[in-house]
Amino acid sequence: MGELKKVDFEYSQLNSERMRLNVGPQHPSTHGVLRLEVELDGEIVTEVVPHIGYLHRCFEKHCENMTYPQVIPYVDRMDYICSMNNELPYVMGVEKMLGIEVPEKVEYIRVIFSELNRIANHQIAIATFGLDAGAFTPFLYLFRDREFILTIFEKASGGRLLYNYFWVGGLAHDVHPTFKEDIRWIVKRVKETNKEIADLLLYNKIFIERTANVGILPADVAINYGCSGPVARGSGLPFDLRKDAPYSIYDRFDFNVVTGRGEVGTVGDCWDRNIVRFHEIEESCRIIEQALEQMPDEGDVREKLPKKIRPPQGEIYSKAENPKGELGFYIVSNGKDKPERVKGRGTSFVNLSVLPEISKGYLFADLIMILGSIDIVLGEVDR
Amino acid sequence: MGQHIITLYDWLAKLSNSDLIAVIVVAVLPLIFLVVYALVAILGELKISAFIQERLGPMRTGPWGIIQPVAEVVKLLQKEDITPEPANKTLFNLAPFLMFTAAYAGFAVIPFSSHFVPAGINLGLFYIFAIGSLAVIGIVMGGWASNNKYSLLGALRSVSQIVSYEIPAAIVILTVVVLANSMNLQVINEKQSGWFWNWFVFGGPGSAWKILVIPFTVVMMLLYLVASLAETNRTPFDIPEGESELVAGYHTEYSGMKFAMFFFAEYANMFIVAALVTILFFGGWNSPFGSFMSGPFWGVFWFIIKSFFFVFVQIWLRWTLPRLRVDQLMGVSWKFMVPIAFVCFFAVGIWVMFM
Repeated sequence: MGELKKVDFEYSQLNSERMRLNVGPQHPSTHGVLRLEVELDGEIVTEVVPHIGYLHRCFEKHCENMTYPQVIPYVDRMDYICSMNNELPYVMGVEKMLGIEVPEKVEYIRVIFSELNRIANHQIAIATFGLDAGAFTPFLYLFRDREFILTIFEKASGGRLLYNYFWVGGLAHDVHPTFKEDIRWIVKRVKETNKEIADLLLYNKIFIERTANVGILPADVAINYGCSGPVARGSGLPFDLRKDAPYSIYDRFDFNVVTGRGEVGTVGDCWDRNIVRFHEIEESCRIIEQALEQMPDEGDVREKLPKKIRPPQGEIYSKAENPKGELGFYIVSNGKDKPERVKGRGTSFVNLSVLPEISKGYLFADLIMILGSIDIVLGEVDR
Repeated sequence: MGQHIITLYDWLAKLSNSDLIAVIVVAVLPLIFLVVYALVAILGELKISAFIQERLGPMRTGPWGIIQPVAEVVKLLQKEDITPEPANKTLFNLAPFLMFTAAYAGFAVIPFSSHFVPAGINLGLFYIFAIGSLAVIGIVMGGWASNNKYSLLGALRSVSQIVSYEIPAAIVILTVVVLANSMNLQVINEKQSGWFWNWFVFGGPGSAWKILVIPFTVVMMLLYLVASLAETNRTPFDIPEGESELVAGYHTEYSGMKFAMFFFAEYANMFIVAALVTILFFGGWNSPFGSFMSGPFWGVFWFIIKSFFFVFVQIWLRWTLPRLRVDQLMGVSWKFMVPIAFVCFFAVGIWVMFM
């Protein structure tokens, strides 16, 4: 029997190996083909590196070889959840370059469809966020309502997801005769579902436990990273282009900019970002109701469509409030019928950049919730 | 078990003059029940989730989609049985069968009727609790042998979860043992015979003074229900296989029939915990209305109806609630359930001592 040897060590010096985990590109909760390289200490996230580019489709290069109207379908495919909102800044920019004033009716229909698509987008965002938390039923309730909105889009444009509906100088087609009644019915329906979702998901004790005080994004960090939309507003920044730089006819409507207030946790946590989306659905309903009241029945939506779209030499940055944040297009024209350069400021891309900053030190399960609360669409991240 | 009752086993042994046939029949009956139950439960899960979510659910296979579970099993049978290259083949292949064996072995002591319990051992409750924990080993084996990080994380979570939740569950079970003065499931059932107010959820048989103990027994029943959800890895405690994070947890790498075995084991476990709730708190095979509709055959009916209700509750919860996080799950167990269970145990102990 040998003597017991005394070993000197301290627990702090014991090195445990960290695990590198590859989340995605095929993973149920990365909302598309995002790949996250995660370093885990046990279950605690120590490092996150997002790898993007799996859905890169050369949007900007394509635009250089397309005429101005031909770019619109490509714009649709950027953020395919809210195509109407994507088309708006692009057509507004080209219209400004051409100096076209669109008819009143077109402006109203554009606002109504943009807001409807905002509702649809936020419904998906809340639904998939709930799904990340394991709640499958609210997901289907919200998707059921989204179907009705898509039916309206289908009646107007023929497409359920990619519309090519907002054209430079007007719209592709006029709306169908029962447009106003259909939308009033949908708005009523959306409000009812919202109540249900608040009970079933948002104020559920388990859901609050999962999302409150998780992934806190302070307002200064949000500004530094250039976040916009519900991600910035969740941190308490009342930044909304519809109010701050009114475009189209948004200055005619009465609505509030919703910001996170830290109702159940800290300002800027996952729950706040989500509740901002929830209340924005209600605000969008208000805008739609006002727009339906004011909208003129008479008018030709195609009367201002230009025969030739050949903007004069120059450049323009046109921006609008996408459901996910500030979506901008920087268009350079050289006087020909094809743009010299189109650069898109992808909202999701900018918002995603904040993920490594706010997810360190949380559990792996929280990382998924934080990613869900940022609400990215890979079509726009990669373009 | 009461000596005066002629059980199915005795009757078969007498009829065929051979113990062997009786043993085989008694052992196979739960398996047949398990297969039929699994099909019904899968259909139930599909249809109940569809009802909750305003969908139709399966409608094409057979009238109202009732052959859907059969179709799903056939589909799983046809699938390629993949063993990943870096996996530990022995453990990987063994794990699903160990899981299923553990689940099936639990059926050995479940009293389906006053005249039928496959093995009427005196430590039935203890046995079912012990054999239920065997599933942990299957999970660890599967998770470790898959050589997949998601599987490993899922397995580790599962073990810590099941071990944590066994403590409140064990305390609750001990309370029932105190009330019933026995660990034999058949005796526990017999103690609760008569009208439904003799069930242990209502304090067991006794005078009107038992109103004092009813709050504690009801709380205990709820505690056991929650703990059992965690032990079967069902939502809101389905963290080991939390789809959004861990893809499919410990059975990520499994396909075909081996996956079906995990699936089968999960449904079998669901029934076992539902049956235990029924036996411990809701009178097992006893009719709720005294001697009305009671007897060995009605016993099977009552037992299955009550158990299916609790299977339904599990399905219902799964499609309503989000899931907890892994540390919150531990918090719920250690910070709330264990202390409450101890308080209830203490209260019931005092009550039994003085009554």
